[in-house]
Amino acid sequence: MVNEKHTEKQIWEFLSEIPDPEIPVITITELGVVRKVELSNEKVIITITPTYTGCPAMKLFEDEIIKTLHEKGIETVEINLVYSPAWTTAWMGDIAREKLRKYGIAPPVKGSEDKGILFESGPKVVACPRCKSENTILKSQFGSTACKALYQCETCLEPFDYFKCI
Amino acid sequence: METKDALINYCLRLGDSSLILGQRMAEWCSNGPILEEDIAMTNLSLDLIGQARTMLSYSGVVEGKGRSEDDLAYRREEREFYNTLLSERPNGHFGDTVVRNFLHDAFFYYLYQALKSSKDEMIAAHAAKSIKEVTYHLRHSSEWLVRLGDGTVESHEKVQESLNDLWEYTGDLFEMNEVDEVLIKEGIAVDLQKIKLEWDKTINTVIERSTLTRPEDAYMHSGRLDAMHSEYLGHLIADMQFLQRAYPEAQW
Repeated sequence: MVNEKHTEKQIWEFLSEIPDPEIPVITITELGVVRKVELSNEKVIITITPTYTGCPAMKLFEDEIIKTLHEKGIETVEINLVYSPAWTTAWMGDIAREKLRKYGIAPPVKGSEDKGILFESGPKVVACPRCKSENTILKSQFGSTACKALYQCETCLEPFDYFKCI
Repeated sequence: METKDALINYCLRLGDSSLILGQRMAEWCSNGPILEEDIAMTNLSLDLIGQARTMLSYSGVVEGKGRSEDDLAYRREEREFYNTLLSERPNGHFGDTVVRNFLHDAFFYYLYQALKSSKDEMIAAHAAKSIKEVTYHLRHSSEWLVRLGDGTVESHEKVQESLNDLWEYTGDLFEMNEVDEVLIKEGIAVDLQKIKLEWDKTINTVIERSTLTRPEDAYMHSGRLDAMHSEYLGHLIADMQFLQRAYPEAQW
């Protein structure tokens, strides 16, 4: 019996305490990975979607969700993995974007979903998360995790991660 | 042929091509020419293996015999793999990898673009998800092809040779049989001859920009549809499946 003790809102609150395993300053709800919370007499069903198909953090997301809800006294938790609609950085709010910037990761530039296929790489301007200079260059489309690209600031010379806009 | 059997095979084709190309890219791990490329190539590998997981799992579900993605990846023999012949070509030098991936990325890109409207919900969702990743892959390989083709005399000659050598594996990408026929009728699969028209355009644009010459179509290898492979696939899967063969049921 779960729904006598907890509301859907409370469960969203519990989930919003879980940090992203790779970028601990933002939570899995801010990232937009949690899509739906459903309650019934028998169980709680949490629907999640991967950021990237090969994202190795997905298993950790599942384990952390189950562990956190167990700690809150919810015993039967089911994880439902969906691929549609495909995850997009557009689901990331302003607060999460600001947290990323403070952490040293340039957040995805709004409205620049990367659809160009040939030689139209990335957004025009990615500001350095440290010195805010807009004089930065793309070093590599691929960075330390699937969701990031590598940039370098030409003003303060620091390399930095950019959260790719997809 | 029943739609169900065709669908099982179709998902294996998609999943296997991603898996084998992903395994090839994993072979670059710690062997990349520069650090950024080492990271890029392992990122590509991760995306491809993620894509393979989705399609292999789904093939197992449709089959309904309880086979998991791991069973399909690690317990099948060489003659049960339906990957493209191009995906199994050895990495060779960096230019060989760039050319192979470029030809394959463009194929995946237009295939997924079309499969977004598949009547099979899972395939449509998979295509919509994968296209975001493959867009980056195609851009990466195209940019390198231009850099190497329009680079030094030596790099130009090397990638022209890679292109000439790999060309005869591109015909296999677009071959179709009864599986395609059954699924096209159902609106699940797409006509690969239509994909080829789009593929041709992109290949020509990038080849031209790279100052390279498109090889003439001559003899083309085939085999994917019948799970007939070159001598390279056996070695690749021996390496990929070693752990599950030596320690069956091993888990993380």
